[in-house]
Amino acid sequence: MSWLNFAIFLPILYAVFIPFFYKKVSSVHTGWFVLPIPLVLFIYLTTSIADIANGERFMHTVSWIPSLGINFTTHLDGLSLILALLITGVGTLVIAYSIFYLSMKREALHNFYIYLLLFMGAMLGVVLSDNLMVLYLFWELTSVSSFLLIAFWYQRDKSRYGAQKSMLITVTGGISMLAGFIMLQSMTGSWSVREIIGQAGTLSDSSLFIPAMLLILLGAFTKSAQFPFHIWLPDAMEAPTPVSAYLHSATMVKAGIYLVARFTPVFGGEATWFWIVSMVGLITLFWGSYTAVRQTDLKALLAYSTISQLGMIMSMLGIGSAALYFDAGSDAFKYSSLAVLAALFHLINHSTFKGALFMVVGIVDHETGTRDIRRLGGLMTIMPITFTFAAIGSFAMAGLPPFNGFLSKEMFFSAVLTASDLGIFHMQTVGLMFPIIAWVASVLTFVYCMILVFRTFTGNYNPEKLEKSAHEAPIGMLIPPGILVSFVVVIFFFPQTMADYILNPGVQAVLPLENANYYTEIKAWHGWEPELWMTIAVVILGSLLFVFLRSWQGVYSLFPREWSFNTVYNAILVGSEKSSEKLTGKYMTGSLRHYLLYIFSFLILAVGTVIFATNGFVIDTSNDAPVNIYELILISIIAIAAVGIIFAKSRLTAIILNGVLGYMVAIFFVIFRAPDLALTQLVIETVSAALFLLCFFFLPEWKKENVTRKVKGLNLVISLGVGTIVTLVMLSIQGNRLFDSISSYFEDAYKLAGGKNIVNAILADFRAFDTMLEILVLAIAGLGVYTLIKLKSSEGEDRRESK
Amino acid sequence: MLEIVGYIALIFLSISICIGLFRVIKGPSMPDRVIALDTIGINLISAVAVISITLDTGAFLEVILLLGILSFITTVAFSKFLERGVVIERKRDR
Repeated sequence: MSWLNFAIFLPILYAVFIPFFYKKVSSVHTGWFVLPIPLVLFIYLTTSIADIANGERFMHTVSWIPSLGINFTTHLDGLSLILALLITGVGTLVIAYSIFYLSMKREALHNFYIYLLLFMGAMLGVVLSDNLMVLYLFWELTSVSSFLLIAFWYQRDKSRYGAQKSMLITVTGGISMLAGFIMLQSMTGSWSVREIIGQAGTLSDSSLFIPAMLLILLGAFTKSAQFPFHIWLPDAMEAPTPVSAYLHSATMVKAGIYLVARFTPVFGGEATWFWIVSMVGLITLFWGSYTAVRQTDLKALLAYSTISQLGMIMSMLGIGSAALYFDAGSDAFKYSSLAVLAALFHLINHSTFKGALFMVVGIVDHETGTRDIRRLGGLMTIMPITFTFAAIGSFAMAGLPPFNGFLSKEMFFSAVLTASDLGIFHMQTVGLMFPIIAWVASVLTFVYCMILVFRTFTGNYNPEKLEKSAHEAPIGMLIPPGILVSFVVVIFFFPQTMADYILNPGVQAVLPLENANYYTEIKAWHGWEPELWMTIAVVILGSLLFVFLRSWQGVYSLFPREWSFNTVYNAILVGSEKSSEKLTGKYMTGSLRHYLLYIFSFLILAVGTVIFATNGFVIDTSNDAPVNIYELILISIIAIAAVGIIFAKSRLTAIILNGVLGYMVAIFFVIFRAPDLALTQLVIETVSAALFLLCFFFLPEWKKENVTRKVKGLNLVISLGVGTIVTLVMLSIQGNRLFDSISSYFEDAYKLAGGKNIVNAILADFRAFDTMLEILVLAIAGLGVYTLIKLKSSEGEDRRESK
Repeated sequence: MLEIVGYIALIFLSISICIGLFRVIKGPSMPDRVIALDTIGINLISAVAVISITLDTGAFLEVILLLGILSFITTVAFSKFLERGVVIERKRDR
């Protein structure tokens, strides 16, 4: 096992020891024992940055199910490295933060850290796995651990609701992704992402290409909270803030982004992929920023902003996929690959500032007892450090210099501008839509970023509205967001270092072409380009909108809150539950008569149609024996008796007629020369008649069936159908013998078994196993009858238990 | 010759069973039906005997004996049921 494979399993294996630390070393916060794990992994991963930048790739395989081609294959390239560094780096900071955020006394810390480590291992597995099945395994593990973390405070109704919702949506996407993976495998014959990318050009003609693409995208969109599957993310904010910071801003929601980036070499360059990914991304971008402005809860605001930013990254990946349409050395390729670079750049930037912002909101919540914007205000002088962090994070998110968000927002603008005059995929006609949507969404982004900073930290301080008297957070809680915001600033000043070492290998992984002319420069100042004017316009209009927020907020009341996808989700959930209940109630009536009806009609339909379709009904009478008159009379007696039972007025008549039937069957055994059968039949017939008489006393009154004519008619049709089908089947069998009978073997019974009675020789010698088990059946029946009669519970006792 | 006689006998026996069945269905009282069933049993004994002759075999003689016993038991069981309402009475000392 290589170190890389071990890195995935280290957190999961380490999770086993957490309860031990929690119980035995209860004086120390359990988080301290967890902290080294992501730190060690982060340091281990940083050692490979230089190698990856030099174009090296790491691949290790550990066998799991080699016969099916499913192995723990890890593959580390630029893209995986970005995600893995984020997971371990932000993971370290979040665990450090959670040590101060979660109380040692009140919280079940061992649960929390087990779930978190499980999630961390799963997430590393997702980004490092090369095998589709293993990727899917870890993908589902992130869903499950996220479910557990959202419902960490399981006593709350809302937590459970949010956990259920996120589980349902992400697992639905996961399943469809699995289907897409299986299609990919059947197209390429390989589970390995590397090998599938190797065959990329040959796949687009396959009929499974588009379905596989759509299903994989569905998985990516649900996980990354893209429109309209974004609805689980705001409800997932019921989780503890470290979880929100880690899972729902920095890592798990990026799994879908990772998936799209990973499969860009396979599906990219196609119009369908380009349009779906970039349009869904743009719609999500707009809808997220639009909805974020109206939120009053800080975490909900951040949730919608996360949705919006994820949409932005997604749209950039979509635009960047157009690069694969062009020749690798061309200028068009270079300017399209800018979008991919921008996407990866913003991926990192978003993790830094959004992680910091969540931690800031957690601090505000922790120190004031509320996250409601309407109750907060004037915290600037009380919490100056927190305010600084919040301002840096928000300004970065709004895309202002001198923070990293400015750079990626500028690159986003150039990407959409490039896309608008791309000249392929019908972009000539609607291309202008891209920059317009992007620009409007950026204005709204600016507005909610300002709300986040100024509504929380400026204005009047209202201590009477807060649950606690506000004060600055402890130093331990401030260090993790401090590190993150320092990244926000540092990246702005040294973007090219970052691009050279981390981003460009990532771009090469997303667009893996030979001798490609990648766009590699990130500059803070690139002259008076249209992008810069767009940003300036964003700031001006955004400021105006923020200042006059009250006067235009009426727009939001035009669309009532009920008009959301949450309503649709709830309607689907309640509706499907109700309708399935109704449906089940409709056919599971509890009446045996109905169930028999289903069984028999199924028999008629299934057997009848199958035999009819295969032309099985062939009646051949050439081998039949001649029929005598007395046989005919005896048959008509049986028929009359059988029909007579149906119309019998009393039960006793029915029993007597049944006796007649039994005796007549016995005489047929005689006619067809089966003395043993005739003997047995006679005895059994008599015994069952006696048994009927025995239970007669306990049976209810023989009543006329109280059903409508319609039901009676249906019963008649069904019974006639069953009779016809069985008769036809018997006649067809009788006339069509495929093989000779094996009975000639048994005719040597005297020589083989020493018995002259063949029937008895078969029963007790040739096939004695059947006889033994039938004896067992009789024994069980006898015992059953005995227990039913003897073991009667007396009144009032539990009827299930009798002594 | 014997075969034809047996054949004719079987036809007549079948017809008489038919008539017995008519009584079983028609009734009108329950004892009528029980007696008709008994008659059918006796007719069957004769039929089995005739069949044994025509087939020239002794394999069905047990069937004749058993039919005799069983049709008696059946009739007794039905009669007792009609008389007392039960077939096997409970012990009185319990």
